[in-house]
Amino acid sequence: MTELCDLTAAELAVKLRAGETTSAAILAACQWRAGAVEERVGAFLARTDELARTQAAEADRRIASGDAPAVAGIPLALKDVLSTRGVATTCGSRILETYIPPYDCTAWARLSADGSVLLGKTNCDEFAMGSSNENSAFGPVHNPWNLDMVPGGSSGGSAAAVAAGEAVWALGTDTGGSVRQPASLCGVVGLKPTYGLISRYGLIAFASSLDTVGTFTRSVRDAAVLLSCIAGKDPMDATSLDTPRRDHTEGIEEGIAGLRVGVVKEAFGEGVEEGVRSSVQAAVDRLAELGASVGETSLPHTDYALSAYYLIAPSEASSNLARYDGVRYGLRVDGGDSVEMMTRTRGAGFGPEVKRRIMLGTYALSAGYYEAYYGQAQKVRTLIIRDYEAAFERFDLLVSPTSPTTAFPIGAKIDDPLAMYLNDVFTIPANLSGMPAISIPSGLDEAGLPVGVQLTAPVLEEPRLLRAAFALEQAIGFDARPQLLAEPAD
Amino acid sequence: MPVEIDIEHVARLARLELSDEEKERLRAQLGLILEHAAKVGEVAAGDVPPTAYAIPRSNVFRPDESAPSLPREDVLANAPEVEDDRFKVPRIVEVE
Repeated sequence: MTELCDLTAAELAVKLRAGETTSAAILAACQWRAGAVEERVGAFLARTDELARTQAAEADRRIASGDAPAVAGIPLALKDVLSTRGVATTCGSRILETYIPPYDCTAWARLSADGSVLLGKTNCDEFAMGSSNENSAFGPVHNPWNLDMVPGGSSGGSAAAVAAGEAVWALGTDTGGSVRQPASLCGVVGLKPTYGLISRYGLIAFASSLDTVGTFTRSVRDAAVLLSCIAGKDPMDATSLDTPRRDHTEGIEEGIAGLRVGVVKEAFGEGVEEGVRSSVQAAVDRLAELGASVGETSLPHTDYALSAYYLIAPSEASSNLARYDGVRYGLRVDGGDSVEMMTRTRGAGFGPEVKRRIMLGTYALSAGYYEAYYGQAQKVRTLIIRDYEAAFERFDLLVSPTSPTTAFPIGAKIDDPLAMYLNDVFTIPANLSGMPAISIPSGLDEAGLPVGVQLTAPVLEEPRLLRAAFALEQAIGFDARPQLLAEPAD
Repeated sequence: MPVEIDIEHVARLARLELSDEEKERLRAQLGLILEHAAKVGEVAAGDVPPTAYAIPRSNVFRPDESAPSLPREDVLANAPEVEDDRFKVPRIVEVE
């Protein structure tokens, strides 16, 4: 049976304004669902039940007064790399296990000011490094569609919480696909906007030239609503773009007749599961039925994007993570002098994947290797952007699978970093090029696991991206729910 | 060919304590990852300019207005060790 916690935020907003429900009731439904499934899913690192009740009561007062923003009263989950004042923010890492931020990230500050209700902080790969959520220091997240499977990563907890109805919507972060890939594997909508559209202030940095705040929702309209609240210039982030705040739901229903859609040839090649290929092909056919003119295009440097990413992101990470030195916050392991203290602290505080990337990045930036690795990777980044520019001369929008596979078993790839990195092969190019991209569910594979189709638009063309995603979503009519919800709790 | 790297040297640069087992594993894994990553050398000739940020910005200023800083006690609250309103660290210089 559909409960309040299974509805979209847009549906709930209507009910709230019609006086048919209250924020307190929606919150209670999310908490009830979490009570039933959270033990099996593990989406949250911390739940802020009491704070949420206070916020819901306040939101109900605002809604009753007739002057509430669109996000008011709708319960939300935040990936635990987004700083929340007074609420522990761990990045899924032992090194920040005790860290309580003294300020809010801008994204949450805007949501909070608009009456959002914080359910809690969601599990993720340590410092957002991973594609399966298995790199969290606090245990894995289980995919609500099949508990033996990963939810994807790194924002696995946010994706799973929305899929399972523990949250109506959630924020994550996307550095190489960490919103879109878990959204794809969990059957929800994942939006990575243009780099710089949402402030990164208070987002604990992984790779600063790639990090983007993104949204998990049950519908494209919800993604537009959430984006409208959090996007726009922030003086606290020098990379935030000079864009005015606007209503991203505007024009979303205008359809895509005449839109030129390019099917990315490289994204249907080797390594793409048959179930993914056929589901995404069916979505492409839908686009044609909706009046788009569909043709094939090529991003010839796709293969090199992965290599470039796994040099650029670790290089930036090795620099960003230098701040965890046992002095100002987080773990400290004592040592005879400061350097020994730092070295021990970092050895004890970071998990295997984070160590791997710090080592990789340190090496790629070190004397004698910088040009061959980091320097070359930055040139490849230019070639990736040129690929897109060429493709967008002929097309308005590109389409591909979000991920080459559906959800895979927990443990299957954890000992093979290269195999794990391949999960991000279709999502990474949008990070390297800064372009907005969205994953929406296209159907289920033979095993009953969700498949995601990814649309990519040129920089700041969110209106076109959301309009196309909305039209495609309506045409596909994906309404399957995770099995988990049908089974009685033990 | 997997790339040979001097794990001890890189770990020292990164201020990262690693066990012998971790060093062994990283030596093998990083060698393979770097072999794959070295593909970036196959393309991008000398005339291709590097890109650091996809959407380049320069000289980003905000108004030079004073605003309150975070309260000192809030900032120090997360520190592993504090003394006299300062972060306390182990000795960094030898004292006679």
